[in-house]
Amino acid sequence: MGNEPAHTITRYDQELESLRGIVARMGGLVERQTAQAVAAVVDQNEDAAREPPMLDPEVDTLEREAEQLAIRILALRAPMAVDLRQIVAVLKMSGDLERIGDYASSIARRALKVEPLDGALSFSALRAMGRLVQENLHRAVEAMVENDAERAKEVWNADTAVDELYTTMFRELVTYMMEDPRNIGPCIHLLFVAKNLERIGDHATNIAERVYYAVTGEMLPSERPRGGEAAKKPASQGE
Amino acid sequence: MNPSVQNTGVQTGPTTQAAPGPALTEGGNRAMASTAPDSLMTPADRQAPTAIAVRDLNFYYGTSHALHDISLAFPARSVTGMIGPSGCGKSTLLRVLNRMYDLYPGQRATGEVIFDNQNILAPGIDVNVLRSRVGMVFQKPTPFPMSIYDNIAFGIRLHERVSRSEMDGRVEDALRRVALWAEVQDRLNSSATALSGGQQQRLCIARTIAVRPEVILLDEPTSALDPVSTARIEELLDELKTEFTIAIVTHNMQQAARCADQVAFFYMGRLVEVDSTPRMFTAPKEKQTQDYITGRFG
Amino acid sequence: MTSSSSPSLMRADRSAALLLRRRMMDRLATALSWLAMIVVVCMLGSILWSLLSNGVGGLSLHLFTRSMAPPGQDGGLANAIVGSILQTGLAILLGAPAGLLTGIYLAEYGRTSPLAQAVRFVSDMLLSAPSILVGLFIYMVLVATLGHFSGLAGAVALAILAMPIVVRTTEDMLRLVPVAMREAAIALGAPKWRVILFICLRAARGGVMTGILLAVARVAGETAPLLFTSLGNSEWSLDMGRPMASLPVAIYQYAGSAYQDWMQQAWTGALLVTVGVLIINIVVRVGTRGGRT
Repeated sequence: MGNEPAHTITRYDQELESLRGIVARMGGLVERQTAQAVAAVVDQNEDAAREPPMLDPEVDTLEREAEQLAIRILALRAPMAVDLRQIVAVLKMSGDLERIGDYASSIARRALKVEPLDGALSFSALRAMGRLVQENLHRAVEAMVENDAERAKEVWNADTAVDELYTTMFRELVTYMMEDPRNIGPCIHLLFVAKNLERIGDHATNIAERVYYAVTGEMLPSERPRGGEAAKKPASQGE
Repeated sequence: MNPSVQNTGVQTGPTTQAAPGPALTEGGNRAMASTAPDSLMTPADRQAPTAIAVRDLNFYYGTSHALHDISLAFPARSVTGMIGPSGCGKSTLLRVLNRMYDLYPGQRATGEVIFDNQNILAPGIDVNVLRSRVGMVFQKPTPFPMSIYDNIAFGIRLHERVSRSEMDGRVEDALRRVALWAEVQDRLNSSATALSGGQQQRLCIARTIAVRPEVILLDEPTSALDPVSTARIEELLDELKTEFTIAIVTHNMQQAARCADQVAFFYMGRLVEVDSTPRMFTAPKEKQTQDYITGRFG
Repeated sequence: MTSSSSPSLMRADRSAALLLRRRMMDRLATALSWLAMIVVVCMLGSILWSLLSNGVGGLSLHLFTRSMAPPGQDGGLANAIVGSILQTGLAILLGAPAGLLTGIYLAEYGRTSPLAQAVRFVSDMLLSAPSILVGLFIYMVLVATLGHFSGLAGAVALAILAMPIVVRTTEDMLRLVPVAMREAAIALGAPKWRVILFICLRAARGGVMTGILLAVARVAGETAPLLFTSLGNSEWSLDMGRPMASLPVAIYQYAGSAYQDWMQQAWTGALLVTVGVLIINIVVRVGTRGGRT
C-alpha cells in the first residue's frame, strides 16, 4: 500500500497488495502492447505487429483474476473508506486496461494494411500522437502503482493535447480523401488507428480519474475545462 | 404517584404526541403558566433541525478527564451513530444526554447540552422529566422482573395517570411498534424474563417509546443479540427515526453504516470527525477516522 | 523394564508413571470427600434417629391440647407451642422490617459511607454474638425496668437476633440486582425510591424471603435469650405482657428434670422444633428454586 499504515489484519494487507500487483502487471502489459502497436504502424514493423494480439489473453486472464479477488475482498473484509475506494477503482481500472489492450491489438492488426501515403506527414502526426498517448498511459499506470493523485491529475489534463492532435489528423485525412478517392482505403485505416489511439488516451484518462478518487476521495469534475470538442463528440459516439 | 414528576401530563389530560413535553425545570407548572418558552413551543419547532446541541462539553470521572471540548449537534428525526474504540468516550457522551451520570458521585460535566431551549446540565433541571423525554436502551436487555404488560406500564405510570383501558391501548401500541405484539399478545401477563434475548431487547425499546420520549439513546443495543435479532432492531430503528431523534453507540461499524444518517467518530475523549454516513465511510477527512474504520488501528 | 531403553521409551514410562500417580491422587481425594460426607451424614442421621426414636413415642393429642402440668398429671405442651409461635411471630414482625430497611439502607444509600460501614460492622457483630448476651441485655432494658418477665421481652430479644440475618441477606440480595436493571428503570425517569421498591426488591424478593425464613428458623430454636426475658410459664397464656412459655425453654426445663414423663415430653418437644425448622428450610428451598426460574 505504501502510504498507509498496516492493517491490524495482516492477511487483508496481503490481499490488497496482490490485487494491486495484478493491475500493475496489467499496466505493464498494455503499455507494452500499445508501444508495439504504435511501432508496428509507424515503423511498419511486422514483428512488433504480432506481439499485441498475443498478449491479449494474458491481459484478459489478469482482468478476471483482479475481478475475482476484488469481489472476494469486498465480501470477506467489508472494506471501508480508502480501501473501498481502492478496490472499486481497481475493478474499474482493470476494465480500462483490458480495453486499452484490445485497442492496441486492433491497431496492430491493421498496422501492415496501412500503406505510407506519399507525404510522411500523416505518419509523423501519428508518431506524435502515439508518443503522447504512450506517455500519458505510462504516467497513468505509474500514478496507479504509486497512488499519486498529483500525477493522475496531470495525466487527466494532458489528454486535451491528444484530443487536439486527433482532430487535426481527422481534418487532414478527410482532406486527402477528398483530393483523391484512391486515398480512401489507406486513409480509413489510418483514421481507425488514430481513433483507437485516441480511445487509449481516453482510458488512460479514466484510470487517472479513478486513481485521483481512490487516493483523495474527491471526484474530478465530469468535464474538463476545455479542449477537443469536435474530436470528443464522435469519440463518445464510437463507443 | 409523585405529583411533581407528572406535572403537565395531568394538566393536559391524555398527552398527545404533538403536545409540548413537560417542563424540565422543577416547579414547571408555575413556570408554564407564566412565560416559560415550553408553552410557546409549536409542533413546527419540534421539527427544528437540531434536537440536541452539545457545546464545549467536558466530562470528568473524578480527576480523569473523559471528554474534551465536545461540540456536536443531533439532528431531529434522524439517527446519529457514534463510533470509536473502547474508552473513547462515546458511551460517556450518551450518558450525559440523559444525565445518567448523576447516579454516580464524582462524575461531572461542564459546558452546555441544549435540549428544548434549555441547558440540561444546569441545576434545577428535573432529571426524571428529562429522562422521560430522552429515553435510553442498554447493551444487555434488562426486562424488569415482572410481566410483559407491567414492564411497559411501569414507565407510563411513572409520568402519567391513565385509565386501565387507555393503558391497555398504550401497551398494545408500544408492542406493535416494535413488532412484538403478535409474539406476546397471548402471554402479556407472563414473566418478561422468559422472552428470548432479541424479544427482551425489543421489549426494552417498547418500554422506552411507551413513555413517548423525543429522543432515544441506544448504547450498543445489539451487541448481545444474534444477527437476525440485530437485523430486526436495525429495521425498527429505521421506522422509529420518522418520529424520534436517535443516537446509537455501536462497536459495529457496519451497523453504524447501515443505520445512521450521520456518524461521529470519537477517539481518546475527543470528537475527531462528524459527517454524513456515506461520506464518513467512503471518504473521511481525518486520518484517524480513516485508520479506525479501515482497520488500521494500533 | 531394563534401564537401557531408548529415550522415547523412557518418556513413555515417565508419562505412564505420572498418569498412575494422578489417578491415585484423584481416587484418594474422592475417597476423602466421601469419608467426610459419610461422617457428617452419620452424625446428622444419629441425631435425627435419636430424636425420632425417643420423641415419636410422646406424640399424642394431649400434647397439642393440654398445657404443661406437674409430673404425672398427663400435661401437654400446647401453651409452649403457642408461646413459641407467638414470640417467634412477633420477633419476625419486629425484626424483619427493621432488618429489611437496614439492608436497603446499606445496599442502596449508605454503601461505603462511614455510617454504613459502622452499621454493617455492628450488624455482623450481632450476627455472631452469643444469644445469651442478647437475653441479658433485654433483661436489663425491659425486664428490669418493667419489673417483670414478659413474652414481649422474649419477642424483642428474638427480634434482635433475627434482624442481622435479614440485614445481611437483604443487602447481599440487593447487591446482586444488576446495575443495568437499576439504570434501565432510572432511564425511564423513575425516582430512586420507586426503583428500589418496585424493581430491586422485586428482583431480590426470593433471596429476601429466604433470609426472613432463615431468621425464623434460627430464632425458633433459641433458648438462652428467653430464659431471662419470657422466663417460661406452665399456665396457658396469650398475654404478651406476662411471662410466656416456649418450646425451647420447656425442653430445657423438662430435660433437666428427673421425671420420666417430662423427659419424654422434652424429646417430643425437640422433635417438634426440629421438624418445624426442617419444614421452614424445605419451604425456603422450594420457594427460591421457584423464584429462580
